[in-house]
Amino acid sequence: MSQKKREASTKNRDPQRPEVTPTEKNPEKKSPASDGPSRPRKEPQRHQPTREQRDHVVLRLAGDSGDGMQLTGNQFTRTSALFGNDVATLPDYPSEIRAPKGTLPGVSAFQINFSSLDIHTPGDRPDVLVAMNPAALRVNLTDLEPGAIIVANTGTFIEREFKKAGYTTNPLEDGSLDGFRVISVDISYLTNQALQEIDLSTQVKDSCKNFFALGLMYWLFNRPMTATESWIKEKFKPTPTLCEANLRALQAGWAYGEATELFQNTYEVPPTVLPPGKYRNINGNSAVALGLIAAAQKSGRPLFYGSYPITPASDILHELSRYKKYDVLTFQAEDEIAAMCSTIGAAFGGSIAATATSGPGLDLKEESIGLAYIMELPIVIINVQRGGPSTGLPTKTEQSDLLTAIYGRHGDADLPVIAASSPPELFHMTYEAVRLAVKYMTPIILLSDGYLANGAEPWNIPKYKDLPPIKVNFRTDPEGFQPYLRDPITLSRPWVVPGTPGMEHRVGGLERDAETGSVSQDPLNHEKMSKLRADKVMRIADDIPPAVVEGSQEGDILIVSWGSTYGPIQSIVQQFVDGGDTVGHVNLRYLNPFQKNLGEILKRFKRVLVFELNFGQLCLLLRGRFLIDARSYTKVQGQPFKQFEIHRAIERELKDMRAGKGAAK
Amino acid sequence: MTRRDFASAMNPRWCPGCGDYAILNATQTVMAEMGIPRERFVIVSGIGCSSRFPYYMNTYGMHTIHGRGPAVASGLKVARPDLDVWIATGDGDGLSIGGNHLIHILRRNINVNILLFNNRIYGLTKGQYSPTSEFGKKTKSSPMGSPDRPFNPLALALGANATFVARTVDRYMGHMKEVLKAAAEHPGTSFVEILQNCVIFNDGAFEYITENAVREDHDLILEEGKPLIFGKERDKGIRLLKDGLEVVPLGNGTGEEDLMVHDSTREDPSVAMMLAHMEDLPGHTIDRWPVPLGIFRRVKHQTYDAVVHEQLSEAKKNKKVDVQSLLESGDMWEVKA
Repeated sequence: MSQKKREASTKNRDPQRPEVTPTEKNPEKKSPASDGPSRPRKEPQRHQPTREQRDHVVLRLAGDSGDGMQLTGNQFTRTSALFGNDVATLPDYPSEIRAPKGTLPGVSAFQINFSSLDIHTPGDRPDVLVAMNPAALRVNLTDLEPGAIIVANTGTFIEREFKKAGYTTNPLEDGSLDGFRVISVDISYLTNQALQEIDLSTQVKDSCKNFFALGLMYWLFNRPMTATESWIKEKFKPTPTLCEANLRALQAGWAYGEATELFQNTYEVPPTVLPPGKYRNINGNSAVALGLIAAAQKSGRPLFYGSYPITPASDILHELSRYKKYDVLTFQAEDEIAAMCSTIGAAFGGSIAATATSGPGLDLKEESIGLAYIMELPIVIINVQRGGPSTGLPTKTEQSDLLTAIYGRHGDADLPVIAASSPPELFHMTYEAVRLAVKYMTPIILLSDGYLANGAEPWNIPKYKDLPPIKVNFRTDPEGFQPYLRDPITLSRPWVVPGTPGMEHRVGGLERDAETGSVSQDPLNHEKMSKLRADKVMRIADDIPPAVVEGSQEGDILIVSWGSTYGPIQSIVQQFVDGGDTVGHVNLRYLNPFQKNLGEILKRFKRVLVFELNFGQLCLLLRGRFLIDARSYTKVQGQPFKQFEIHRAIERELKDMRAGKGAAK
Repeated sequence: MTRRDFASAMNPRWCPGCGDYAILNATQTVMAEMGIPRERFVIVSGIGCSSRFPYYMNTYGMHTIHGRGPAVASGLKVARPDLDVWIATGDGDGLSIGGNHLIHILRRNINVNILLFNNRIYGLTKGQYSPTSEFGKKTKSSPMGSPDRPFNPLALALGANATFVARTVDRYMGHMKEVLKAAAEHPGTSFVEILQNCVIFNDGAFEYITENAVREDHDLILEEGKPLIFGKERDKGIRLLKDGLEVVPLGNGTGEEDLMVHDSTREDPSVAMMLAHMEDLPGHTIDRWPVPLGIFRRVKHQTYDAVVHEQLSEAKKNKKVDVQSLLESGDMWEVKA
């Protein structure tokens, strides 16, 4: 959090307790006839809050996993993106299908950082927390920025509920929230009141309270509600009563903000200045789906996507299933093994073949990936990493499948592996994966992760016609054909699809003669073939862009990161550079082979720090490949790095260097 | 085209006397007679003796990994419905490690032909009991007798709602060709169990069916529209009672008209299931239950590959494909220069 931001937070802090407290509110519940601030629609009290400009705000919406927090978060994100802000999001939901209501494990949250500047992370600490129940408050409280605004749904802060969350006294009343600005609103009650005339059960009315909260946030941050209104109308078209109820709840939330004097200020985050172009908000899984379609269309071949549902990769299957008109064939296999095997069949048949999975699914696929590797067929395997091992943390992010991706097969069979650093970049890297797979006739693994998959950011939509060509030339000339003959530059073998006359051939898992492609157990041939396959993968290094160092180009510290840790690191490195330190940052999108200039880059810095969400897998690779004393900074908590964690680590290293060797300034 | 056109340059390497040679011969002959160009065939296999099959066929072929042939073939056939895809697998490959993929390809009714070579033993790994070995069978891995109860492959296939289920024997070349031809012509997954002798590790496993002295008394050849009669003297038949099947001697007032007439096209698989389980049935026999050979079930259903491609054509019908507009779908905004 920037200094500027901290001051802003302190300035906004209201030393007074909030005007409407739960104790004042509860009696009203018992005597609904009494007039009071809880019935804003009937007796609005107009007041003019001042508008305060912010360059960014981090908002977290938290509630029970049945409260619709992910939906609300997505709507707020959409609206903010359409408004022109740069956004970055962090959905965080429990892996239980539905934990007991009101309990700590059932808390679902959605964090969004919306900004007028170019941002790379969903933010370390929320400035505003909407807590729909005591459990949501308790789980998220420690993350809050000092002086943050807490909007609490007082309707749920009754003894039974706050005890469920582990509180002995009502946290809204016992002073434990001093230091925050607590805004108490009985969202449950007010939603019910707003829907009085609608013929729905109390329970269904209560389920509309997330839209009340959303309406209130739209008012607080001066966002237009039109996008969400049309979304509700579309979504609830089949159930007009529910549609009406949600619309009213949304509008009631807004009106409540407008009518009451809960807030002194509203906030305004002006649109971001982005490069010209067409934009849309996109999450990583959608970016993968679109990347696959664009690449297959470019190649002129149909897309075959064989997959088995697994969190957090399933949305790719859902999305592709809807795009049949783009020649997309989706095959929901009986298991992960079959999913991978089906892509092998489809690739042999001439389709652009792809599958996506997550950690445990990748384990199951490994034997068949080995088969694809020795058969030398082009297949894209997307691994949306999650916390492991085994079932681990199914809904949380991690980067711990790197070594599995590169080396996870028996025999010498290290695969090309690439990664993306942001949700929109997954489009580009997916496209790149298809390009490389087809050109080098090899399976390739693209590493995404739970954070990229579900997080959304604005995407500067590329021009399809400007995307690089993906050439598919099936060999059809039987003259001199051998199935494992190699292109002298790429070392790839020809792609000949069944149905081509005169070129009938067999592929398989057994070692093959380098010349004829027939099964061969010859010892020297095996070594030769193993080397050819490995060399082929290494030749990809000639075909990829060089690594780019951001920040200082040489000097004291080089941060090496890969994939999704780019965002928080990038912002922090810039701060050190601005402060006069020589700190550089290289984020690797190509993990195997490494980019050719990486070794030279590593030598330009006195110290190399490797940040990753595992116990040091990339660091191990760098130490092994380049014989350097790289230092490992890791976090294995199912959460992305926070900026302050990076900051602290670099600061410590710089201090250490100054004290030790006088290397740093 | 002749059988020889379908033989690859590679000499088959199975043990002398292996039943696989006969199966290879029959398959090549049937393919040659089908009038489909050679390059349209793809043979997919898993691991095991049977799975060497693709190497000996001068067609396209994939020798894959243990048990996964059906999964690879599914992807291939669904992506390329124009190809004629055959799967060669064994009792270990198809029913043990690959059991899951086998039941699912049958369930989906993908238009491929599955040849399951059943020799009731693991041959390639040199003689362990397999999922079809008899209970109590003594092998290298079961010196005191196999504690496993065996699968009945046909019943398993019928249980997975297979649309074509048949059984033949490696020794019966004519019967085998007939069954393979019918399998090839069937639109949908064809499952053919081929009882196959392993001369090294399980020699004579099917002698009780194939030996000249007993075969006529122990084989029941299923013929479409004909009553179920068997026996050297053609003096025994199968009667369908309300609660099951019964072996009855013919004569003494029981004639052909009292017997069950074979109808493989019954939608209800329960009669086919009874036939499949016949040899497993205890008691209630005059002599002993015969082993039915032939086509147990042959019903028409939409194939998975056809359904998927109908959906694709439907989705593509009159739809303009414009990737740029797909990329620009959803909530979009423009930042002007």
